[in-house]
Amino acid sequence: MRNIGIIAWKEFRQYFGSPIAYFLAIVIFLFLGIVFALDLVQTMSNTYSAQVLEGTVVLGPLLTLLLFATPAITMRLLAEENGAGTLELLLTAPVRDAELVIGKWCGAALFASVVLALTWIYPIFLQSITKPNGIDQGPLVSSYIVLFLLVGALLAVGVGISSLFSNATAAFFASLVVSLGLWVSGLATSTLSYMGSMGGASLWGTVLQYMDFTSHFYNTAYAGRLDLTDIVYYVSIIALSLFFATRVIESKRWR
Amino acid sequence: MIQVTNLTKWYGLRKAIDGLNFHAKKGEIVGFLGPNGAGKTTTMRILTAYMPPSEGRAIVAGYDVVEESLEVRRRVGYLPETVPLYSDMTVLDYLDFMAAMRHLPNADQCVDEAIQRVNLEDRVESYIGNLSKGMRQRVGLAQAVLHKPEVLILDEPTIGLDPAQVVEIRAFIRELGADHTVLLSTHILSEAQQICNRVLIINKGHIVAEDRPENLQARLAGAERITVELAGDTDGAETTIAGVKGVLTVEPMGNGIFEIEITPGKEIRPAIVRALTRAGQDVVEVHSQGVDLEQIFLELTRSDDKSKGKRASRRQKE
Repeated sequence: MRNIGIIAWKEFRQYFGSPIAYFLAIVIFLFLGIVFALDLVQTMSNTYSAQVLEGTVVLGPLLTLLLFATPAITMRLLAEENGAGTLELLLTAPVRDAELVIGKWCGAALFASVVLALTWIYPIFLQSITKPNGIDQGPLVSSYIVLFLLVGALLAVGVGISSLFSNATAAFFASLVVSLGLWVSGLATSTLSYMGSMGGASLWGTVLQYMDFTSHFYNTAYAGRLDLTDIVYYVSIIALSLFFATRVIESKRWR
Repeated sequence: MIQVTNLTKWYGLRKAIDGLNFHAKKGEIVGFLGPNGAGKTTTMRILTAYMPPSEGRAIVAGYDVVEESLEVRRRVGYLPETVPLYSDMTVLDYLDFMAAMRHLPNADQCVDEAIQRVNLEDRVESYIGNLSKGMRQRVGLAQAVLHKPEVLILDEPTIGLDPAQVVEIRAFIRELGADHTVLLSTHILSEAQQICNRVLIINKGHIVAEDRPENLQARLAGAERITVELAGDTDGAETTIAGVKGVLTVEPMGNGIFEIEITPGKEIRPAIVRALTRAGQDVVEVHSQGVDLEQIFLELTRSDDKSKGKRASRRQKE
């Protein structure tokens, strides 16, 4: 446990020493700020509509941004250690391989949590201007809980991919491809369920539906419902990916 | 401290090391000498519990490298050939991190001591990426000695350094021998000769010789060499030198220089000079080359035909 903390803290600190982290934060907040401002202006000028701005307004764009940001956060975690030969240092230090992998993931998750926590300024701002009733806080809370898990899952996939490479850029693109694959499996789901409604095969539809990365967020938590299935889904992706990364690191010892 | 029995490592179908047996006692500096690709790094990686052996056992600081690998790692300091450093960290951050990873109770004190031992006091706040090669090597060494390990394993610790730095690092390693068991690899022979109490010569995964540097020299009999330089006309000098008792072979090198192989342990230089002066030759310079590990090394690691050739020339003389 202590080793995990030490490695996580080192990684977390290192994010703030590198330009990538600041660049990511700038892009995310610039983009979210624009989206938020436009939504706000549109809602306020649209006096005929009864539409109210939800607290979760920035989460859609945020999720898309995170799809691209998480590979950038995880790309160098293990790939750089492979490339620079520092993995030899860590593998000959009194640290278990699993502790190393989990520590790396925790460091990335800690950094991502800071970014996510900073996006609370939008709902807080909305709350302060929509008096006296305020915004609906149910979907907000459930969304953020599942969002943390979703990002954790993306980061775990990134760590797993990063363990395979010795070049951070290659790890970035590979993680992006895998994350995108998980993402678009949702499209396949909707196609299959459409076919299913017309009497097509439903087993694959069910499997793909369960595999779909975004529906576990949008269908439930985003609407204000916390579902155990979703939590199990993201936690299993985290566990599987980190297990995979550990095995890859272990296998390096045999080569 | 280090006990290796029948250690073998396969990389696919290639045997990197083949049935190594050796040991190192406490406070000993053992040199691992061999050409590139001989299996030095592989052996060191096994001893530091980086990778497991295919066959055989290795006990380091009293623990098995496979079964109790974490215990071994706690007691070993390791400097790999490519010094593992994070270029975006400062020296101090890096050493603090390593101290934390090793759970040192008095981390700050250990880091300070390590920095002092390698003379890095004025660079602690520098980013490692901005340091010179020699400085990086010292940071790597500081990392290896940080936890005062019982066993230190240094893979080519002086490679790529300038001569002044090499001298410095060698002196430091000799100093480390006082309270650590040191295993270092090198392909520089004079280095092994200077620093080590014992030398293991390894070639193609086998240990081909193991002894104290001075004993290794003595073992290679009949290889002491003398160079004589003459001025002016050198006609007949070769026969004159060959006539001196104790001379094995004479080889004219041109420009009045002769290489003479003599029976080791006998001082026959004055006799050679006397004989030459009597024959009317002007001796400008006489010096002994001794035998160095270089010759032993080449002898042991080269294919047989070279030593056959040498033997043949000796026979010719007789």
